[in-house]
Amino acid sequence: MSKNTIQAKIRANPKFAEMVGKRTRLAILLSLIVLVPYYTFMLLTSLQPQLFTATISEGSVITIGWPIAALIVVGGWLMTGIYISKANGEFDDLNKQILDEARK
Amino acid sequence: MKRSLTALIAGCLLAASFAVFAGPGAIEGVEKQPVNISAIAMFMVFVLATLGITYWASKRTKSTADFYTAGGGITGFQNGLAIAGDYMSAATLLGLTSMVYFTGFDGFIYAVCFFIGWPIILFLIAERLRNLGKFTFADIASYRLDQNRIRTFAAFGSLTVVCFYLIVQMVGAGQLIQLLFGLDYNTAVVVVGILMMVYVTFGGMTATTWVQIIKACLLLGGGVVLLLLTLAHFGWSFENLFSQAIASHKNGVKIMAPVKLMADPISAISLSLGLLFGTAGLPHIMMRFFTVPNAKEARKSVFYATGFIGFFFLVTMVLGAAAISIVGTNPAFFEGGQVGGKLIGGGNMPVMHLAKAVGGDVFLGFLSAVAFATILAVVSGLALAGASAISHDLYARVIKKGTATTEQEMKVTKYASVLLGILAILLGIAFKDQNVLFLVALAFGVASSVNFPVLILSMYWKGLTTRGALWGGIAGLVSSVGLVILSPTVWVKILGNPAAIFPYDHPAIVSMSLAFFVTWLLSVTDNSPRAAKEKDAYEEQYIRAQTGLGAAAASDH
Repeated sequence: MSKNTIQAKIRANPKFAEMVGKRTRLAILLSLIVLVPYYTFMLLTSLQPQLFTATISEGSVITIGWPIAALIVVGGWLMTGIYISKANGEFDDLNKQILDEARK
Repeated sequence: MKRSLTALIAGCLLAASFAVFAGPGAIEGVEKQPVNISAIAMFMVFVLATLGITYWASKRTKSTADFYTAGGGITGFQNGLAIAGDYMSAATLLGLTSMVYFTGFDGFIYAVCFFIGWPIILFLIAERLRNLGKFTFADIASYRLDQNRIRTFAAFGSLTVVCFYLIVQMVGAGQLIQLLFGLDYNTAVVVVGILMMVYVTFGGMTATTWVQIIKACLLLGGGVVLLLLTLAHFGWSFENLFSQAIASHKNGVKIMAPVKLMADPISAISLSLGLLFGTAGLPHIMMRFFTVPNAKEARKSVFYATGFIGFFFLVTMVLGAAAISIVGTNPAFFEGGQVGGKLIGGGNMPVMHLAKAVGGDVFLGFLSAVAFATILAVVSGLALAGASAISHDLYARVIKKGTATTEQEMKVTKYASVLLGILAILLGIAFKDQNVLFLVALAFGVASSVNFPVLILSMYWKGLTTRGALWGGIAGLVSSVGLVILSPTVWVKILGNPAAIFPYDHPAIVSMSLAFFVTWLLSVTDNSPRAAKEKDAYEEQYIRAQTGLGAAAASDH
């Protein structure tokens, strides 16, 4: 079977649109979850630095900036975990079905 | 070979032209320290082990796929460690801790900027990169565009970034090693250059990967031990650690909040754009995605790499903050015993002094050996990326049009690695005692404004044409290099002019936007038959990018 027929079959398979759509939406959503807090943090540290003089609790010397920055790092990593669990599970299963059906 | 040499020489001339005017404003020369036997002994163990691995790898490296991508047989976890090893350079350990030591919270903001690109790389490019590419990033950039022009340009972009980054690493290596090991600067640079050549020339990607993995484990392990020793010193209390830091630092409580790094929002955004997208445009990082068998493992690699890098960055933040009180109040770590004066060994040394303070001489020796190993691993990754741009892109694809035999291509690769090694040694010596910080801005500027736009647009935008990609890339190259020259670091501090023409040190906000705009404009106005064909070819590329249909297999033989 020629490469073009396989490609045409993939394109015609509704599962292809489903997989690409789901994966793209997840990637965009997770990017926003990472980038919106990050850029908010960057703009606030530069425009409103006094916000970051607040401490985490009464009597503590640790300011809120430290745990927030750490949270951006840890949160970014957790989002990569969510992405690979979906992409390597559900989406890859769909992908395999699509390729198998196209090669039939 | 002739054309690849021309490209290489052009890259070096570009770099050398900076050497000419990088006169005044150089960082203070560091003093050579007494020879450190335990550090050298531990480093020798590392070198012998890695040379053993190189010998083993050389037996397994027969095809070009073995050489460039270790036959695609690296697992996601191994590759994740190796990517982390590539990204966590000696500058990360020394530089980030010293930023926190001197500026407190500002250092943390900087670290977050260096980290944040990783999740985005996973979401937007990792799987398409793996599905479309074979050996180099130029494979993807030129997938459906003109092989000669776009591949040459992409290879040139890779080589430029590799050259800038190599100089930074070599100069850092020389300074660090004369400081920690008591070796002469030039000797240190020659040792690093020769070991790098041996790893890359004989062991290719297999050896380079294992050097990265071992080094990443050593660095993570050393960091964790130092963290535990440090926290024990403060009775396992962050509260205690930070109150002592505030009491010891000359800026007092100000170190707990942002001070001046981010004073200008445009500058802050430009820095973060450059780091975010520059990371995605580093050729030696992109190359690592082709060492795994498929997109699934490529995703896993980024997950593990992001975890290791994020964890290590957090560790360095604690170490930097701890050094403020432990190192900053101990006269033994200051020149002439004057607390608050110049640190022995210069501003990058807080973490090394901290190691000595909490772990003694043997631990300092261990960490010094790890820092040396780190430099070695990073330069090897860079040299491999540079060599593959020369042999795979320029020689095999552009000059030989894909007719080169495996033997021929391998030969050119080896010549190219040796050439890059010699070049790195010469540039390392030429830039001795120069302030090379602007080269980091240049490397990330070029990566984000030349490599990244063509990479992302070729993967995501059907309308991209050869004309648009080429002129957009040139616009990105000229503007990023030009703006760095006109920036405060180069124009004022190095060239000695009174005021900077371009007010920001990082050019990405302008140069990246310009690159995207020019690429878009010259693509949409391109009505040539070639452009129509390139747009038609997007469909095939899109299906391959999404499903991995026809992607380069795990092994080529």
